[in-house]
Amino acid sequence: MSAQTGPAGRPDATDSDTTNPGVTNPGVTNSDVTKAKPADAGRGGPANGAAGRPDTKSSEGGVLNVFSHGVLVIWGLLVAMPLLWAVVSSFKDDTEIFGSPWGLPSVLHFDNWSRAWDKANMGQYFLNSLIVVGGSLIGTMLLGAMAAYVLARFDFPGNRFLYFLFVGGMGFPVILALVPLFFVMKNMALLDTYHGLILVYIAYSLPFTVFFLSGFFKTLPTSVAEAALIDGASHTRIFFQVMLPMAKPGLISVGIFNFLGQWNQYLLPTVLNVGDPHKKMLTQGLVALAVSQGYKGDWSGLFAGLTIAMLPVLAAYIIFQRQVVAGLTAGALK
Amino acid sequence: MQHGKYRFIAGFLAVPLAIYAVFVISPFVQAIYYSLTDWTGLSSDMKMVGFDNYARLLKDSVFWSAVGNSVTLLLLLPVVTLSLGLFFAFMLNVGGRRRKKAVIGGVRGSGTYKIVYFFPQVLSVPIVALLFQFAYNPESGALNALFKAIGLGQVQPDWLGDPQIALWCVMAAMVWANVGFYVVLFSAGMSSIPKDFYEAALLDGANRINTFFRITLPLLWDTVQTGWIYMGILALDVSAFAFVQIMSVGPGGPDYSTEVLPLYVYQKTFRDGQAGYATAIGVSLLIVTLIFSAIVMRLGRRERLEF
Repeated sequence: MSAQTGPAGRPDATDSDTTNPGVTNPGVTNSDVTKAKPADAGRGGPANGAAGRPDTKSSEGGVLNVFSHGVLVIWGLLVAMPLLWAVVSSFKDDTEIFGSPWGLPSVLHFDNWSRAWDKANMGQYFLNSLIVVGGSLIGTMLLGAMAAYVLARFDFPGNRFLYFLFVGGMGFPVILALVPLFFVMKNMALLDTYHGLILVYIAYSLPFTVFFLSGFFKTLPTSVAEAALIDGASHTRIFFQVMLPMAKPGLISVGIFNFLGQWNQYLLPTVLNVGDPHKKMLTQGLVALAVSQGYKGDWSGLFAGLTIAMLPVLAAYIIFQRQVVAGLTAGALK
Repeated sequence: MQHGKYRFIAGFLAVPLAIYAVFVISPFVQAIYYSLTDWTGLSSDMKMVGFDNYARLLKDSVFWSAVGNSVTLLLLLPVVTLSLGLFFAFMLNVGGRRRKKAVIGGVRGSGTYKIVYFFPQVLSVPIVALLFQFAYNPESGALNALFKAIGLGQVQPDWLGDPQIALWCVMAAMVWANVGFYVVLFSAGMSSIPKDFYEAALLDGANRINTFFRITLPLLWDTVQTGWIYMGILALDVSAFAFVQIMSVGPGGPDYSTEVLPLYVYQKTFRDGQAGYATAIGVSLLIVTLIFSAIVMRLGRRERLEF
């Protein structure tokens, strides 16, 4: 979508009678915008459109501004407060959590954190998630890029069929496949193993990865690859040394998308990774912790566990904010 | 040369395709087959029972409450989430005080708002679900404590324990978790709409509400439609399962008031040992999903606007 201006690009279907911005509608005089506008306003975009307009702050603009800041702040608080509340609660003891849910802790109970990390195994779960997501992310990116590249750049019989086979996986309810998948994994002795989980994560990340990256490879110029081919490079070498470096922005976007999706994955491990309590993923471990705290009554430890699971992701998001937003919205904007 | 090309293609496709076929395609195909059997999932014995499982579905009252709740989520969750997303995005982009050079402008600090709004999007469903579960706790939860503090001591709802409102409580958590993503998405779309569209409309006497419905929404329609499908799949599938399974009592309760189709599939397989019947429920979920996508595509078909 280009931001071109001019009458040809005007939205005819919007039903608004904005035929010619140079002509003010004489029937409307109650808007100060109308009065303040010189006749040539709007022609050249905002840069010179308002030249000569007196700098009056209209009451409409002011009221709207207060209103919009009001609602925006309210939603901001609604989002931030629960997260802040969890962090604050992780430093309280149990009586404080129950007695004054909104109060600040009298003493900072760091022991909650160490209890959650050691006794409640959050440290172990964290490591498990790192191992599995590390493996599956590398696998997804490599295999997804290979498949996407071949499907995007080579003509062969069945190309379209394979493409739609991959992409079709995005729209189907995963839960339907899950029952047979459990038994497929059981027969292959892959249940409750890291490598089994890695393979499944890769398989369920392929549809989006192939969809996104094949679109990306199509936009890359062909000339560089052709030059390399004439120089005698093999297809494999061109892929790794020419095309992958050129596709870096796309790889980063889809990599972040996959990392968050796999790190936050809950359904697949809940079904496929239940045998060994020490092999739980972080998301599973957190839910198990919540259930077991129900018996033990260690609420402060639970809040500490929750915060341990929450803060690294939030911190990473704040640092790589721009890339994360670009990666997650990339799919929807295409 | 040609030979080398095909060997290369086969070499690159073999591994991804094999993994995909074994763990995604084959389970889907098997699911359709199992839905026609009386398989328990516990042993390898099974026999074909034709459409018996589907006939049984029609008489299963829990199945129908799951359908009702899933369809409720499917109808309301996208509307509420996308409306809030559009509203906040419009406020961010158009709600600003008028500056010297532009007729419309974004509010001050819109970048900060967007960063905060996006927080829930990077958190896993268990984190969000547990946070809300604490907030809803009738004895020590943040919500009832807040009610007490502002003098509403008599109003102490049971939240997730009350079958009348339990599903709405779960839905509120899902809305909370997803609005931020759409604020950021729509906001990016809105900022690419040329400012002089608004200028022209305001010149002609349109107010800001008019500009939203006549300019912003039509030009964002493609993105809204994509978001609608995403949210619909979320309401039907994995996300709904995780929220309900973690938050609700039972899970699925009280009194099946939060039972949803994916959870019922899971329970029938792994709790009740009725894998054949469970896959029939899964197939009906697939049908609901396909009907939904077809309706959104059909309703949403409009002339694509280039600008």
